[in-house]
Amino acid sequence: MSTTLIRGGRIVDPSQDIDRVANLFLRDDKVVAIDDATAVADHLVDASGLVVCPGLIDMHVSLREPGDEKDETISSGTAAALAGGMTSVVCMPDTSPVVDNRAAVEFVQLQSDRAGHCHVFPLGAVTKNHAGKELAEIGQLVEGGAVAFTDAKNPVADAEIMRRALEYTRMFNCPIFNHPQVPELVADGVMHEGQYSTFLGLRGMPAAAEDIMVGRDIALAEMADGRLHLMTISTAGSVDQIRRAKARNVRVTAEVTPQHLALTDAELQTFDSNCKVDPPLRSQQHIDALVEGLKDGTIDVICSDHQPYAVEKKDRELDQAPFGIVGMETLLPICIKTLIEPGHLSWSELIAKLTISPASILGIQKGTLRPGADADVTLIDPKAQWTIDAGKFCSKSRNTPFAGWEVCGRAHTVIVSGHVRYRSNGGCHQK
Amino acid sequence: MSTESDRETSTKGPWTKKHLLGLEDLSADEITLILDQAAEFKLLATAGKVKLDALSGTVVANLFFEPSTRTRTSFSLAAKRLSADTVDFSSSGSSLTKGETFIDTARNIEAMGVDQVVVRHSTSGTPHLLAKHLNASVLNAGDGTHEHPTQGLLDIFTIREHRKRIAGLTVALVGDILHSRVARSNIWGLTKLGARVIVCGPSTLIPPHIEKLGVEVSNNFDKILGETDCINLLRIQFERQRGAFFPSIREYAHFFGMTADRIRSAKSDVLILAPGPINRGVELTPDVADGSHSVILDQVTNGLVIRMACLFLLHQCRQNKIQS
Repeated sequence: MSTTLIRGGRIVDPSQDIDRVANLFLRDDKVVAIDDATAVADHLVDASGLVVCPGLIDMHVSLREPGDEKDETISSGTAAALAGGMTSVVCMPDTSPVVDNRAAVEFVQLQSDRAGHCHVFPLGAVTKNHAGKELAEIGQLVEGGAVAFTDAKNPVADAEIMRRALEYTRMFNCPIFNHPQVPELVADGVMHEGQYSTFLGLRGMPAAAEDIMVGRDIALAEMADGRLHLMTISTAGSVDQIRRAKARNVRVTAEVTPQHLALTDAELQTFDSNCKVDPPLRSQQHIDALVEGLKDGTIDVICSDHQPYAVEKKDRELDQAPFGIVGMETLLPICIKTLIEPGHLSWSELIAKLTISPASILGIQKGTLRPGADADVTLIDPKAQWTIDAGKFCSKSRNTPFAGWEVCGRAHTVIVSGHVRYRSNGGCHQK
Repeated sequence: MSTESDRETSTKGPWTKKHLLGLEDLSADEITLILDQAAEFKLLATAGKVKLDALSGTVVANLFFEPSTRTRTSFSLAAKRLSADTVDFSSSGSSLTKGETFIDTARNIEAMGVDQVVVRHSTSGTPHLLAKHLNASVLNAGDGTHEHPTQGLLDIFTIREHRKRIAGLTVALVGDILHSRVARSNIWGLTKLGARVIVCGPSTLIPPHIEKLGVEVSNNFDKILGETDCINLLRIQFERQRGAFFPSIREYAHFFGMTADRIRSAKSDVLILAPGPINRGVELTPDVADGSHSVILDQVTNGLVIRMACLFLLHQCRQNKIQS
């Protein structure tokens, strides 16, 4: 038996509506109590000046293993997660081969156990090989540990398949995560369709491509009474439709990434492929709507959409470079910069979107510091000033548009199941 | 080292740009500097001084990752007229056909001692990517649907040659604006020099927000004919189009083709330009292409001196940097 006292931190636990300076006691792999009194413990962590919160959950990452271990492995990806302050990540099934069967989902769990960094919750494929033609063996995947279903960056384009998926997963109370985009409207596109795509002569991806799919998905979820989670939304139209759907109790949730809050399509003027993401960076008007959606609860979750790519794949002609950037290690400071510093969200509101909110969508017993909860705890130094240096990432990949940014705030100490797995002064924890 | 031709062709203003990536990046003065330099080269050529030794001892590489006839030939000849050695590299398909990346290809060619790289590529922004990776000066010879600065310059040069000015003229760019790098370079250059620019074409081929570049938009060719001094007929880029943007070529030619009838409704001194290669009978009829208003072949002739001017100015900038 081992006990830990995390002393004098600002405990922010939105699941219990707690935001005050107090002590947090852990025993073995469980939370015992939040208390003002001090007690004797085997390990003492001084948290004065730090934010102490439930371990962060990144609900949207691609770890690339199996198949593309040059970009990332489950070990390197989960080390990056720890450095970003996450104790749990939810990984996409878009590996090679696709996680569309029980053996594949169990392999992901095996590799994450071997890595021993943070918890990994795999998603299963909606359709076999993400082909959008026939449902994957969803029930088998649930038994193997999949917590929800998605075809990752491949939108479930066929409305009939989407309907059946929303109906079928009702049996398991699992949500369908869809990347809302009408494929034919964005074919060959590389950036948001707007004035900059016109100036730069780059093929555009109109906001309507997302708005239409969000509308379709909401209608299908409403009809099928299924659970729909809309991934990385980026448009004002999405926010508006989701807000209205929630008002009439459609079971829909949504997520957004920090990059879609921090950067606009004007960034593409440098033709830097690190600004090529899917959905594309939009205009300020869309960002404003996303911030409003975060403030009023329309958008439930903030996630990184971590998409690692080796430099030889990413640093090339813009139309041949893949979409996506690494994001786990920059999520927290970019959220602070875009949401806390301008006063859009309180710490408690931000932490909720990184803890209890994703946990409740996924139905996992995480994201809280209630007595008896798993001892997954993140200590954040909200005042730490640092410069983002891609060369120091724990991720194997370096594809970030934030290199060189002066930022504030980072994970200080990360505790997973009662064990300290990361300290900011300790460098990457590689096994 | 000052050569005879250096003295003969010394320019008024200082040229300070290492690369020529697009007309968006240039000021009106810089554009004028290139035009004046080209005019000087044209005068020298008319006087019989065709070959100069300004770039003697330097190497210009032409990297064409997309098919091109006139631009490649024009750059190659321009470099030779200035006594540079030239290396030509053409790859019709992807640069990856042999497993080598585009950047590696360029770096390898640069390692042969290349001073200036002329690049054409089907992807917008590729010259910018090269400029980031190479020490050589990069000249954009057309990138995707982004810019084609030397074509824009030669169009403007040709107009200026015939009209003695750019400011105050009304220039119409007609046709496939969406897929046209020539249109974008013309728009940047002409508006900086004070022309009024109208883009005209089917609404499917006019990109959104184009008016933010300071141009007017029209879908009615006949309506703007009477107020236009110069008409630049852009080629329909069938190879870049994703699906059908208009119902038929016949319908396109009916609404936007330049015919003898339309010449009669236009200003009596209207100039007809076309960046070529032209689809005869689509953008313009043969009688217009070969008629008295057409300056299409002037454009080709002027392309040579414009490219000489660009190579020469970038070389001067390199020389100044080496000296300082």
